Amino acid sequence: MADFISHNLRGPWTLFKKELLRFWRVSFQTVAAPIITALLYLLIFSHVLEDRVQVYPGVGYTAFLIPGLIMMSLLQNAFANSSSSLIQSKVMGSLIFILLTPISYLGVYLAFLAASILRGMVVGLGIYLVTIIFIDLPVEHPGWILIFALLGSGLMGTFGIIAGIWAEKFDQMAAFQNFVIMPLSFLSGVFYSIHSLPPFWQKVSHLNPFFYMIDGFRYGFFGTGDISPFISLGVVAGCFFALSLITLQMLKSGYKLRG
Amino acid sequence: MIPAINIQQVHKRFGNLHALKGIDLSIEQGEFFALLGPNGAGKSTLINLLAGLSRPTSGSLQVMGFDVYTQYAEARRALGVVPQELVFDPFFNVREMLRFQAGYFGRGRENDAWVDEIIESLGLADKAHTNMRRLSGGMKRRALIAQALAHKPPVIVLDEPTAGVDVELRQAMWQFIRRLNGEGHTIILTTHYLEEAETLCNRIAMMKQGEIVALDSTRNLLNRLPGKRLRLKLSGALPAALVPLLREEQDGDCILAIADVTQLESILAELRLAGVAVEDMQLTEADLEDVFVELVS
Repeated sequence: MADFISHNLRGPWTLFKKELLRFWRVSFQTVAAPIITALLYLLIFSHVLEDRVQVYPGVGYTAFLIPGLIMMSLLQNAFANSSSSLIQSKVMGSLIFILLTPISYLGVYLAFLAASILRGMVVGLGIYLVTIIFIDLPVEHPGWILIFALLGSGLMGTFGIIAGIWAEKFDQMAAFQNFVIMPLSFLSGVFYSIHSLPPFWQKVSHLNPFFYMIDGFRYGFFGTGDISPFISLGVVAGCFFALSLITLQMLKSGYKLRG
Repeated sequence: MIPAINIQQVHKRFGNLHALKGIDLSIEQGEFFALLGPNGAGKSTLINLLAGLSRPTSGSLQVMGFDVYTQYAEARRALGVVPQELVFDPFFNVREMLRFQAGYFGRGRENDAWVDEIIESLGLADKAHTNMRRLSGGMKRRALIAQALAHKPPVIVLDEPTAGVDVELRQAMWQFIRRLNGEGHTIILTTHYLEEAETLCNRIAMMKQGEIVALDSTRNLLNRLPGKRLRLKLSGALPAALVPLLREEQDGDCILAIADVTQLESILAELRLAGVAVEDMQLTEADLEDVFVELVS
């Protein structure tokens, strides 16, 4: 048993701890900065729109906005954690220290995934704790909140691994972030309900997995959403599963990692 | 005894480039082995295959009897690789990095004493809590060696470990590596400094364009070129009768290959006859560099 642990679990566990320390060492940049950014969004949008927009009956715009902002930051940071770690260690060459080890491809995946989830959750929780000081935010279904937070950060952590493996330079990663992650997160219903969009754009929004993550997460707070949380759960879990399979295949084959 | 390294009919192609052309090589446990060759000979490609950093097009490689592909976990546990480039993780200090590295290989707190020993032996003790990015080039090189040793592997591969390293560090490093070899670790070395291979290694493989062109003990390789080298500084041109003996010219000096000292008399007589004066003269044994030039050029 002790042999099994040291041979199979200690490697991935060490990699997870290293990934955790990596972002925690620079927590001002990786945790505090996204919390402040989210609060700035909240300050500006709530100041401008609080008295003009009501999305759900009885829910103020600021309250509506908070879960969206929490989820958007959580998703972006989960993505940033795995992708930045991989691209940095690829560019600096230090990825060799992981490639030389006996850690299995599954172990590598789980370590990066767990660290990404943790960073996403820490940032999300940070924004939640700061905002509830100022705004009264209901929590109707904490289970849904937790499920969507975990699945969302897991999905984006996985997406980050794919991007980190694929990108060879920092500017490729920046392009991925600016042209894929940012549009998907801004056009997902963070700042509005998609019911306020014209029918065509509503349909387009339904093709965006971010929409389901944010709508399901928001449902946990208000008990109401644009679509059923079960549909969102199905879409998010399905995407997570598919991306996990792709990532595991990439790691197993050594795509862009082993010549 | 199972060989430390066993390589059978390994080919590696990168597109049209046939980088390794059917390498066969067996290295016994406890050997201090050198892999020599000019740039592009395939040394690093071979090491990358051993380390599992890339896969062979065909053929098989084993480390301590474990196939590097099908039994990669066991093979990698048996191998420590010091990469050629000065790579490092900028987030951590030396001791943290070494503990992480040991942990990746399944080693926990029980390994800390060994980590402390490596830190001490490589002269890193006063830098143990220094961030990797603040280390000088030489210190980074020591840390890289320490990282390869963190999990106490029986086989250690050093890919150009002394490139850009000052004499003092080079000597300290070799002293430590020799000690490890004395304790039973198999050492495989690639280097451009042929005198290092000559003094340290008991067996040498020379590679050229993806093939092993010589594989023998250091002594046998040196015996391949019997005779001596005669370095002459002359007042005029080398007489035509002596040109067949000319091996090379360095800084205006002629270096002749001679069978033994008895030949010296006739060479001097030939020079006298041609009216060429000897301004300086040096007689040396043929060294590995001569063998290398002979085989590889």
